[in-house]
Amino acid sequence: MSFLQVQGLSKSFRGLRAVQDVSFEVAQGAIAAMIGPNGAGKTTCFNLIAGVFAPDSGEVILGGERLTGLRPDRICRAGVGRTFQVVRPFPQMTVLDNVVVGALNACARVGDARLEAERVLALLHLEGKAATLAASLTLPERKRLEVARAMATRPRLLLLDEVMAGLRPTEVDEMVGTFRRINRETGLTILLIEHVMRAVMALAAHVVVLHHGEKICEGAPAEVVRDPAVLECYLGEEAL
Amino acid sequence: MAPELVLNVVIAGLLTGLVYGLMALGLSVIFGVVRVVNFAHGEMMTIAMYAAVVLFAAYRLDPLLAVLPVAVAFFVFGYALQATLINPFITRPEHSQFMLLVAVALIMVNGLLMVFGPDARNVQVDYQLESFALGPLLFDKARVLAAATAVATSAALFAFFRLTLLGKAIRACADNHLGAQVVGLNVKRLYALTFGVGSACVAVAGCLMILLVDVTPVLGPAYTLLAFVIVIVGGLGSMPGALLGGVLIGVSEALAGLFIAPSAKSMFSFALLILVLLFRPQGLLGRRV
Amino acid sequence: MTPARRAGVALALLGAALVTLPAFAGSYLLSVATLILFFAYAGQAWNVMMGFAGQLSLGHSLYVGLGAYAAAGLYFHYGIGPWAGVWLALALCVAAGLVIGFLAFRFGISGVYFALLTIAFAEFTRIGFDHIQWLGGPGGLFIKVEQRVAWDLPNLRGTPAMFYYVILGLNAAALALCAWLLRSRAGYYWQAIREDEEAARALGIDTFRWKMLAIGVSSAMTALAGVFFAFYYNNLFPEQIFHISRSIEIILGPIIGGLGTLFGPILGAAVLTILADGITELMAWLGIEVPGIKQVFYGLCLLVVVIFRPHGIWPAIARRLGL
Repeated sequence: MSFLQVQGLSKSFRGLRAVQDVSFEVAQGAIAAMIGPNGAGKTTCFNLIAGVFAPDSGEVILGGERLTGLRPDRICRAGVGRTFQVVRPFPQMTVLDNVVVGALNACARVGDARLEAERVLALLHLEGKAATLAASLTLPERKRLEVARAMATRPRLLLLDEVMAGLRPTEVDEMVGTFRRINRETGLTILLIEHVMRAVMALAAHVVVLHHGEKICEGAPAEVVRDPAVLECYLGEEAL
Repeated sequence: MAPELVLNVVIAGLLTGLVYGLMALGLSVIFGVVRVVNFAHGEMMTIAMYAAVVLFAAYRLDPLLAVLPVAVAFFVFGYALQATLINPFITRPEHSQFMLLVAVALIMVNGLLMVFGPDARNVQVDYQLESFALGPLLFDKARVLAAATAVATSAALFAFFRLTLLGKAIRACADNHLGAQVVGLNVKRLYALTFGVGSACVAVAGCLMILLVDVTPVLGPAYTLLAFVIVIVGGLGSMPGALLGGVLIGVSEALAGLFIAPSAKSMFSFALLILVLLFRPQGLLGRRV
Repeated sequence: MTPARRAGVALALLGAALVTLPAFAGSYLLSVATLILFFAYAGQAWNVMMGFAGQLSLGHSLYVGLGAYAAAGLYFHYGIGPWAGVWLALALCVAAGLVIGFLAFRFGISGVYFALLTIAFAEFTRIGFDHIQWLGGPGGLFIKVEQRVAWDLPNLRGTPAMFYYVILGLNAAALALCAWLLRSRAGYYWQAIREDEEAARALGIDTFRWKMLAIGVSSAMTALAGVFFAFYYNNLFPEQIFHISRSIEIILGPIIGGLGTLFGPILGAAVLTILADGITELMAWLGIEVPGIKQVFYGLCLLVVVIFRPHGIWPAIARRLGL
């Protein structure tokens, strides 16, 4: 049985079918990616998994536990960490305090949460900014903070929503390296939405392609980028 | 209790409610478009009432005629207030805007207290005590004229928003701030205009209200809350809703005053606000967000 | 010296000054200081809800009034002293706070609508209490001032200095409590909720529960302010104590001093009261009798702070002092 099972997920917003009968699975400890053109329903899928909306139909199962329709905070406590496509730091709190908030999900005592937060900040190369207010960070730094905060919750599944957007190639490579290392060392299952194909090819073992709310293709990255339907709707002939 | 008495009370409440509705219309326009919580709304109404008192005392100007100069003055004032003080706050957090207007309201109420003192003032027009009779029903002449003017002003406002280009532009801003900017509308200027229009509305309502009640400086906060109750009950963003809400509140206040106790009138309005906020936050005619 | 050390020294100095104040202050200065400390305390209580958790309550006069009437009513009718009466005050205020919180948070009412809801409850209660004859109705409730010369702590009857120390003690306790709360899980979670509630939920925070805690703590603390008010002023009128002006007076200190800071409410209350009193004195000296000028002054202060120093005046001062 796979770790994350998404079965027949559907969601409409006032008649607009955002996600339609999407099913896929992610194995434990794997890194998977969800790609597709804008408006394909990728973030909606994330929101359905993370509990921001309840699906109209379908199921979300994590490690045998049914998460469908639960509240977001309950789902986080069940082991799902997520970042937001438009980053949402706590602007008037320091970088460290931002991550402590996340770490408190996993640690009972504030002292332990601070230590954990410092450790995660180091992983994302943000320890130098620990005492800065989140409001004064640059966008790439905010993205790393968002990831750090989600990771501090000690998730079993990490949902990353376009964390590479706006980063320079060197920064992308650095993030890719960080995720690879964490995945190798802790076995953290990662599902990412990405447009930056460089990152997708480097990280994902398994790719799901969405278009107009439906899954149109699924498989290993090398196969998916050659699929004609995917090429037509998203990648374009030049990708080959 | 004689049915005629109840009916007369209901009629009085209905007519007063139409003036309330006009006041709330001003708030609905401001809140609905500029999205600013005008916590100084009632205070502006009170200032308008005092303006009518002063004009009457100095020139024997009937409040029904005073609506014109007072409305113009308030339009200018509202425009200026939005353009200078409030505009920078559009992007600030909600509670910041709120506090700004709380401060303005505080200054207004106590400014009035300083200038006019705490005693009640009123206006005594020639027809103050006249009434029409229709069978057993009694209509106060002043109340009827005030309500009629309120309806006429509301109709003018509806026409403005529905039929004129400027009105449509303002509605566009309300519906879609970013979209409006993209098509080249000068949103800041439109916001200022809207605040001006809303203020003019409240000015007219004030001139009409002075025909019905005495004015003291402390009426401000009470009217602000009443305006919010009406707008929320009637439905945010709905102009007919504001009038409907006003009438509802006017009638229920009158009945509560008759059957329970005069001082219990406002209690009823607050209870209604709480209930609406909880169970039907979009109000009676508002759009569900 | 590290900032923390410096802050500790400053606090110790301030504490020493406040504790010894009655020894050299005249009765007028003492009454002003008591008033400052009252608003500092009430402001600190409100700050927990707004400055920490970001929930704007404009109806805090509700808790002051309920607390005051609960304790005063028991004393007036049954001779039950304030130290027992305070428990009823706490129970009533916390119950009221939790009811308001439950209704608002369960139904997703926030921001401006929440503020309006709190105002509606306070106003509803104000008019309601006008009709409670058992508590004096609109004519007011008066408790007897037995004596003012000896300290009678059990009944809170005594010298002005006694009241000063009681409110000073409340302030010290509030400061300690808030400092502890800020560093606890509650403090972190409240700030997260204040900054971005949805992001907070994504981090596993049950925002409903923590907001309820905030309103519970805030209302409980304010209840004590009410009890103090009742026994210090000895007369209660629904029109005054539940009035929205009381709610606004309570929030002025924290907003002007600095929302969410520990020292903001105290500084704000001090600055406002001293300046306002200064103006009253000036007017008296000039022979001008103008009702309402103090409130206009409050309004102007609020206006200036909201426009130019939205974070309050304390943060900038603290930076200057190196705290």
